[in-house]
Amino acid sequence: MKKNFLVFLTFSLLFSASCGQRETDTGSTATSTATSSAADSKPMTVKGSDTMVVLGQRFAEEYMKRNPGTIVQINGGGSGTGIAALINGTIDLAQSSRSMKDEERQKVQEQRNAAVVETAVAIDSLAVFVNEQNPVRELSVEQLAGIYTGKTKNWSEVGGKKAPIVLYGRESSSGTYDYFKENVLDKADFSPTAQTLQGTAAIVNAVAKDGNGIGYGGIAYARNVRAIAIKGKGAPAAVAPSENSVADSSYPLSRKLFFYTLQNSPERVSRFVEFALSPEGQAVVKAADYFPLTTGGPGDQGTSTAPATGTDAQNR
Amino acid sequence: MLRTASRIDLGRGERIRTAQSAFMTVLFTAAGLSAIAVIFLIFIFTFKEAASIFTDPEVGKEANLHRFFVDRQDGPTLVDQFIWQPTSDVPKMSFYPLLAGTLKSAVVGLLFACPIGVAAALFTSEFASRRVREIVKPVIELLAGIPSVVLGFFALIVLATWLQHLFGFTYRLNAYNAGLALGFALVPIVFTISEDGLSAVPRSYREASLAVGATRVQTAFKVILPAATPAIFASFVLAFGRAIGETMILLMAGGNAAITSLSLEDPLRTLSATIAAELGEVVFGSGHYAALFFIGTLLFVITFISNTIGQLIIARMQRRMQGHG
Repeated sequence: MKKNFLVFLTFSLLFSASCGQRETDTGSTATSTATSSAADSKPMTVKGSDTMVVLGQRFAEEYMKRNPGTIVQINGGGSGTGIAALINGTIDLAQSSRSMKDEERQKVQEQRNAAVVETAVAIDSLAVFVNEQNPVRELSVEQLAGIYTGKTKNWSEVGGKKAPIVLYGRESSSGTYDYFKENVLDKADFSPTAQTLQGTAAIVNAVAKDGNGIGYGGIAYARNVRAIAIKGKGAPAAVAPSENSVADSSYPLSRKLFFYTLQNSPERVSRFVEFALSPEGQAVVKAADYFPLTTGGPGDQGTSTAPATGTDAQNR
Repeated sequence: MLRTASRIDLGRGERIRTAQSAFMTVLFTAAGLSAIAVIFLIFIFTFKEAASIFTDPEVGKEANLHRFFVDRQDGPTLVDQFIWQPTSDVPKMSFYPLLAGTLKSAVVGLLFACPIGVAAALFTSEFASRRVREIVKPVIELLAGIPSVVLGFFALIVLATWLQHLFGFTYRLNAYNAGLALGFALVPIVFTISEDGLSAVPRSYREASLAVGATRVQTAFKVILPAATPAIFASFVLAFGRAIGETMILLMAGGNAAITSLSLEDPLRTLSATIAAELGEVVFGSGHYAALFFIGTLLFVITFISNTIGQLIIARMQRRMQGHG
């Protein structure tokens, strides 16, 4: 018994000693690689908009394929979360579906001691989803505002059946939330009865199952729901979201998606941004069901074979 | 000569043994104390961040007790009067919608879990054959091992749809849905503690009851159950603590609309889900940040009190039962 215990004690001591040894070993190797090899083997960290996670991942996959040895990590969390992380210096690049506020730019300047660089990389159109059974085909921005501030409570008030409207929206950390609040609600508050879900996919899922539901989010997520046509303020007619209507900006709810970096960020970061803007990068944008930045006229991109998901969902 | 050698040997062995036991005592004491220290430090941290609403005038202007508990907006209904909208241009930080959500989900969860948990415990301890008990007990306890995110996901996708089809709710995600999903997580807590309590009732109680001619059912309901009441009550209290603190299930299944209403058909937003949803984007050191930590402190205090009460009741009952045994 006593002997067993001694053996156990010796082993545990030996084990802990060896553990300690191993720890110091890895510690030294880690520092040596960091000092000897070039900085671009360090993983580049990206965080931000949930809308852009898929896009960022496609960019990263393609970029890493072209540049073996580089590592790019993409995280979501919301545009606000990404920008906060850029301010706190925990990431290299923030993805955001809204432009940075002045006070945030100032905070970057103060805390990171560098100016912030804004690069638009793609265009997303914010679609408004309703259940496929819902007879409502179009809404004006004013009607949408009435619905989401809680003034309009029944579908019959906007040309639908007699049924209460069930609101689905995003968390306040989401850039989509900010965009919708600014451009549709005219900065008024959302109705407290609006349910906030953790992402556009969750909203689409809820609306697909809820006959009286209405939700909003990136068009790329539309599956088994109808993206309705929207009539802008003072516009003559409602426009359905499609590649053409977004490209010629006749669709009222479209927005740019941004990369935010620091001016003094290392070369590996600026190379990634350059890649996103290159023709290859813009092809990735299109493949991920977002809209590429149209540098030429809208006709440039109009010939593409990839259908916009919005029209796709409508036909289904 | 031989005798002295053996005596020396013995002395050394004893010394090693005392050294060993002293060493192990120190080791285990340190491990035990570190757990207490960690809890204490977490509380200090949470409290410190929350206290900035009292200490920092800048933060206090944005977030204060008046705003949490007194402020009331103009509006015809409670829903319009007490609002949680901390990121609005005019921040509104009423705790009432969040408290209502937390209480509603906890009540539904407990109403579901308590009867089922106690009934299952009574069944396994009093009626089940040994073979059945050995299957039922681990299976229910396995329920405790299901990650809450899985339960939440199930409630969000499947349960909500079932309930809406069955009862025709306007809102898919409501207090029934959230409470039921929460109930799944509470059943094992109620079951385990109640079952321990029921099995701790001394054999002599059972024997005495059966000896005077009571049936097994009478014995179970009139003798064993009353004797184990403190443990069952403790299981409810501990389940309440868990229900208040549970986050992921309610974040996913509750719909997250901060509505001040007592209707179980409305969506809800709990205190804990609010922290989880909003801490990611909050500006460090702002009023909103302090308000979230204040919620955290509130949750900590509530669960601390309910857990302490639960543990005290269990300890008291164990002492009493041992006295009888």
